[in-house]
Amino acid sequence: MILPAIMFYLFAAVAIASGVMVVSARNPVHSVLFLILAFFNAAGLFLLMGAEFLAMILVIVYVGAVAVLFLFVVMMLDIDFAQLRSGATRYLPIGALIGFILLAELIFVFGSWAIAPGVAGVAAAPFPTTAGFTNTRALGDLLYTRYVFAFQAAGMILLVAMIGAIVLTLRHRVGTRRQVISEQLARTRAETIEVVKVPVGAGAAE
Amino acid sequence: MTIGLAHYLTVAAILFTLGIFGIFLNRKNVIIILMSIELMLLAVNINFVAFSVVLHDLVGQIFAMFVLTVAAAEAAIGLAILVVYFRNRGTIRVEDIRMMKG
Repeated sequence: MILPAIMFYLFAAVAIASGVMVVSARNPVHSVLFLILAFFNAAGLFLLMGAEFLAMILVIVYVGAVAVLFLFVVMMLDIDFAQLRSGATRYLPIGALIGFILLAELIFVFGSWAIAPGVAGVAAAPFPTTAGFTNTRALGDLLYTRYVFAFQAAGMILLVAMIGAIVLTLRHRVGTRRQVISEQLARTRAETIEVVKVPVGAGAAE
Repeated sequence: MTIGLAHYLTVAAILFTLGIFGIFLNRKNVIIILMSIELMLLAVNINFVAFSVVLHDLVGQIFAMFVLTVAAAEAAIGLAILVVYFRNRGTIRVEDIRMMKG
């Protein structure tokens, strides 16, 4: 009983500390690395709650794809980050004020939270109680049947995002040599090959 | 010393607030703003999963997966726009983005 509590406090503390570092680190590369640490610890929290499939998805999608994308962009663009940070303290008081008010409101809401007694009976998709029915299998059963249209829509969103990102960043530079297949295929024998009679001892001339 | 719903909701609330605070603190740096948005979406996902587990309802976890999808798509598009903007202007200062005088 004590071990899950210790693990919860460990994961939560590291996640929050790395969240603080994400927004306050001077070097954006450090920000991205702390973001990865925050995601890892959130995945640990998911594991503690028993959502192991989402925990693994979080590590694969966020750490494997999104954070690496951020890292690529931060390292690829040659940006003067010190100049970007100038004047940051001007908005510190108002930001801290709004953040504090929001946090206080959220904690007030959660502190006086009570779940209605009848709610447990009206679950839209209750956890399966069959033995050996893992979290992953239960999610798959639900995702590919009742939520299949939402699943397809999510795939469409990813497709649009992929095409959009490619179209946005594709660039044709002038001056680079490119292969034009149609020109290659349109060549005829007449304009390419010439048979020259070479006299003995004279050599071929232009 | 049992860990209940309130503990997870508090962690999520702190992470969400940190995301909002990050947007204010790094007003000029679009990359950090995008990272703050990712942090806020992560907090939302923690809320979804916590309620899903407490209420024994799998729909919360399904929805968290869709939030994950949208977050990934948003990061990809946002970073692509950022790269194009940097190519054109040589900077990523948010305050300079008013060429269209809108």
